[in-house]
Amino acid sequence: MLVSILSLFSSPQFRENCTSNNFPLVFSEVELVVRPVPENQEFLKRFLPKLEWRALVETARSLGNESLPLIQPETLTDDQLKALHHVLLELHVEQGNMTCKGCGHVYPISNGIPNMLLAEHEVGR
Amino acid sequence: MSRPEEISPPEIFYGDDEARKYTSNSRIQAIQSQMTERAIELLALPEDQPAFLLDIGCGSGLSGELLDEAGHYWVGMDISPSMLAEVALEREVEGDLFLQDIGQGFGFRPGTFDGAISISVLQWLLNADTSSHSPPQRLTRFFTTLHSALRNPSRAVFQFYPSSDDQVHLITQSAQRAGFGGGIVVDYPNSKKARKMYLCLMVGHQEVPRGLEGEEEVSRREGVRNETRRKKERNKIVGGKKRKEESGKEWVMKKKELYRIRGKEGVPRDSKYTARKRRVQF
Repeated sequence: MLVSILSLFSSPQFRENCTSNNFPLVFSEVELVVRPVPENQEFLKRFLPKLEWRALVETARSLGNESLPLIQPETLTDDQLKALHHVLLELHVEQGNMTCKGCGHVYPISNGIPNMLLAEHEVGR
Repeated sequence: MSRPEEISPPEIFYGDDEARKYTSNSRIQAIQSQMTERAIELLALPEDQPAFLLDIGCGSGLSGELLDEAGHYWVGMDISPSMLAEVALEREVEGDLFLQDIGQGFGFRPGTFDGAISISVLQWLLNADTSSHSPPQRLTRFFTTLHSALRNPSRAVFQFYPSSDDQVHLITQSAQRAGFGGGIVVDYPNSKKARKMYLCLMVGHQEVPRGLEGEEEVSRREGVRNETRRKKERNKIVGGKKRKEESGKEWVMKKKELYRIRGKEGVPRDSKYTARKRRVQF
């Protein structure tokens, strides 16, 4: 599921001097885990409009998953839905780093939990 | 009532020991799950639809388990690494977890979540744990980022333990400034033990739900009662029946009591002479 979140996640808005180009976060040194989850097409269809397709696909590709087309098809085929399900809900980033493109801040991920804490001086006013 | 938020900051208070205690204590579990169920009820999500929810201050994922059971997908955030790492991972909760200080704001894409719940968390935001912390600022940051992360229409329900009315005021004020509608829902307002406060925030125009009534929590299955209606009914009895039977002394006592409640100065003391007639002297 983590990947799906990250396609929805940008650097915390209140980080100082980081107001643009902060989405999506870029992965590096990742360690992936796949945890099978039962498919739920209804949820996927409702989730779809919220996704930034391009960001999701680019993130997935940077993680070595090329199952999704770069341009969002009007209606998804069953295979594509399956691929989307896999990317969104089954693919987890267990270890790694996320880097903000805007400010270069690195958020480490350990045990599947990203550390989004900022030091007090890094929080914008 | 002990207040852990007055002891130390959350990431320190919920260290390894306290985190384990928190999840192994069956009483805490029972209360938490009860409050979570009520919070989910207050969220009023469309039925039989899996929703994408945010659990703010998810801790060890006690509330997350209930969300799992209800078939929802969720994302949890907490500031205590011990709570997240030691316990949440062992319990194998379904949701994704983030280590985050909610007072710093968070960066979810606009309109991501169908709702948010938070159980016993908000009071932590009211403390300034370091000199650079300013509770109003942290609250504002939290509420504005939350508002943008929620879909329209949707709700966010917070169960919290305010220690004073000022705190409630501060919280509601910053939520309103961030663009939320809604307000406070009080369950069992007349019971000392069962009384629970929920802050029910809304994105988009919606009606505020009502609190649960009655003295005890056991009675809640019978349904939600209307507080104002009950008050009216009670007043009716006082106004209609009693007035005929009321003697002059009772009336005087009632008035004096009322003045005392209102804080009026110089209300005479009660004695056996209260409301007696003055006899004619000669």
